Amino acid sequence: MKRFAALIDRLIYTRSRNSKLALIVDYLRHTPDPDRGWAIAALTESLDFPAVKAGTVRTLLATRVDEELFRLSRHFVGDTAETAALLWPDAPGAKADLSVSAAVDALAAASRSDAPAVVASLLDRLDADGRYALLKLALGGMRVGVSARLAKQAFAQAFDVPVDDVEELWHAIPPPYAPLFAWGEGRAERPDLKDVAFFRPFMLAHPLEEESVDLTDYAAEWKWDGIRVQIVHGGGETRIYSRGGEEISGAFPELVAAFDQDAVIDGELLVRGEAQGGEAASFNALQQRLGRKVVSKKMLADYPAFVRVYDLLAVDGNDLRGLPWTERRRQLEVFVPRLATSHFDLSQVIDATDFADLAERRAGARDAAIEGVMLKRRDAPYVAGRRAGLWYKWKRDPLTADCVMMYAQRGNGRRASFYSDYTFGCWSDAGELLPVGKAYSGFTDEELKWLDKFVRDNTLNRFGPVREVEKSLVLEVAFDSIHSSKRHKSGLAMRFPRISRIRRDKPAEEADRIATLQAMVT
Amino acid sequence: MAKAKTWIEPHPSGIYVKPADLWIDPSRPVERAAVTHGHADHARSGHGSVFATPETLAIMALRYGVDVEASHNQAFPYGDGFERGGVRFSFHPAGHVLGSAQILMEYQGERIVVTGDYKRRPDPTCAPFEVVPCDIFVTEATFGLPVFRHPPTADEIAKLIGAVRAEPDRSVLVGAYALGKAQRVIAELRGAGWDAPIYIHGALEKMCQLYAVHGVELGELRLVSETDKAEMAGQIVLAPPSALNDRWSRRLPDPVTAMASGWMRVRQRARQRMVELPLVISDHADWDELTTTISEVNPKESWITHGSEDGLLRWCELHQRKARALHLVGRDLEEEA
Repeated sequence: MKRFAALIDRLIYTRSRNSKLALIVDYLRHTPDPDRGWAIAALTESLDFPAVKAGTVRTLLATRVDEELFRLSRHFVGDTAETAALLWPDAPGAKADLSVSAAVDALAAASRSDAPAVVASLLDRLDADGRYALLKLALGGMRVGVSARLAKQAFAQAFDVPVDDVEELWHAIPPPYAPLFAWGEGRAERPDLKDVAFFRPFMLAHPLEEESVDLTDYAAEWKWDGIRVQIVHGGGETRIYSRGGEEISGAFPELVAAFDQDAVIDGELLVRGEAQGGEAASFNALQQRLGRKVVSKKMLADYPAFVRVYDLLAVDGNDLRGLPWTERRRQLEVFVPRLATSHFDLSQVIDATDFADLAERRAGARDAAIEGVMLKRRDAPYVAGRRAGLWYKWKRDPLTADCVMMYAQRGNGRRASFYSDYTFGCWSDAGELLPVGKAYSGFTDEELKWLDKFVRDNTLNRFGPVREVEKSLVLEVAFDSIHSSKRHKSGLAMRFPRISRIRRDKPAEEADRIATLQAMVT
Repeated sequence: MAKAKTWIEPHPSGIYVKPADLWIDPSRPVERAAVTHGHADHARSGHGSVFATPETLAIMALRYGVDVEASHNQAFPYGDGFERGGVRFSFHPAGHVLGSAQILMEYQGERIVVTGDYKRRPDPTCAPFEVVPCDIFVTEATFGLPVFRHPPTADEIAKLIGAVRAEPDRSVLVGAYALGKAQRVIAELRGAGWDAPIYIHGALEKMCQLYAVHGVELGELRLVSETDKAEMAGQIVLAPPSALNDRWSRRLPDPVTAMASGWMRVRQRARQRMVELPLVISDHADWDELTTTISEVNPKESWITHGSEDGLLRWCELHQRKARALHLVGRDLEEEA
């Protein structure tokens, strides 16, 4: 537990992604099985001990620490696991270190009734940092900024194996991933994934930078503004994976139930919107469904999800990924009718006559769920990652608005000494400036220096890490779309806002009005 | 025996000693002030006369321009004191920072000790805390919750040295309060064998010189402003906490941000301050030191000031000790702890 506790402590305070990666790589290389497997599962929130809850820990604390002192401490610290770890009295005598796997075994075997005694005996074997690690392991909510994607990259880097292979194997093997480590260290063959609903790494697109492409080489499809998903049916179960290979089946039970074919599809998860006459709704509606563990009937009824399918990776036991797009598309068109029309439809190919025609259609597309156009090389197989020249995304031109900087906040990591996050607003009819969004990208390092100096020289007020600035600087903000939102006073929320230009030339009074932005709402 | 409540009055702005017409650590200018130590939330400018240890007076001269030579200001070494209005005042080591003192007052057979701030663990930069028996013990309570148990200082210093050695291309920038914490971290590093020059922010320079004049060995210190960036790779740099994420830090080679404070025990606190390397080093007593001290001093009554009064009050209640909370204002607990 000492090494694991030290790892999470370092991860908590490390903000850069590369440093986090280096810490995990080092841990995986130098920690034996099965501890490292359990540890990585805990970091990615893949463990659950139903018998141990926060209430268990609170009850337990009451047996060792005065309740009033616990209440005061909990109020100050703000986190039950950390408070308990700090308050739990050090047990007398020498402590033998407790292995992560011994802790996992004990927690997994605990019943609801003996859980408090089990947790108490584990806590007695640890110091404050160890107790913190144990309680986070038991209760979840690690919050150390380690995604499944980062963990897989760390694994690939630690054992010098292709990350695509790790992606595939990861979800097929349960913690503590012993066969995965055995393969990584060259002690065993690559695990066999027959009859397992495993994740295939996505094929990704580059932004289109060429002036045009030849449509005899490339097929064009609409690019939908939802979330990319892969639905896998295998070994008798159906799983839904998102872009990073995170499993999101729990949030979309109706899709899991509806997908009953032995196949693997790639498509866009969207929500059907009334406003669009039963067509796909904007990303805003979809957001209501994301990140949920339990989905209410009302959610299912108000925001019905469906998948617009655009690729077929496997069907009836055959892997199609080596086939050219044209052939996969042919099989896809044959396959989609096997799925329930209530939850699945086919993403149409745009039958543009030439590139100029396509450009015209792209410019004219008014559907809220269309984000642009995808161009896919007709003879290309389905390959993991972003390969040059195979797939392009050609987004609609961004919308822009001239906004006034209102607040600024310091960034993280390399940008910790710079005011690099800006909140900006537009004018209401009453002549009041109302915030419409926040952006922290789009500028060069030189521009950042200038913006930082502007913030420091024009500060009106300080609220902790936030500075309110003189409302004098106009920023041209680019964004992909804009939606109604109850969260902001302006009633608007931008998608992907970024600073496109600093308009030192423009007086603040001439920045855009809220009404102008409202007219762009989709 | 006199009844304390008749001759000593706690006010939000300080403790007033009636027969002597004198205030202890007042937060506003008064005619006569006895000052426990040099931190800004205890020592202020603008008093008529100041009574303090020689070190505290020197610190006040440096920070607030108090005239040490003026006859109305008086310095008393530890154990020594003065009498006024029938009250005998004396100064006793508090172990907090250089010159820090507890003030003992004796009046008509009753003894009251005001600790100011204090700690019990060893500190190479100041005299150790002395247990002074008394009837009323006025104690601080900055870390008056049982979550605060500072680890051994040597472990934290080892962590700091380990971090510097682990990344020889980067400097480690330690945020440390300019009076006391900075000099203690430097002295602890020297004690642990760190002989390289230590690089400091300009705001620390004069206080470090003052410590050296008072016999605290700090070794070679260099000013960051007079040093090439490259020279500070693999080295330790000290600055006041306010400079940690400020523009000033851009002159350092890719600094690892560290902070030396008792608050670093709580992870979310450290995260909020954007700290990468929290060092739990405090000049205030932790929970165990506070409760042990009350037990050892064994007063008839404890008065608890600035900090988590509620936690320490609860402990006194659980241990059948008479106690009350004083609500003093203007105590800045954030930066210096």
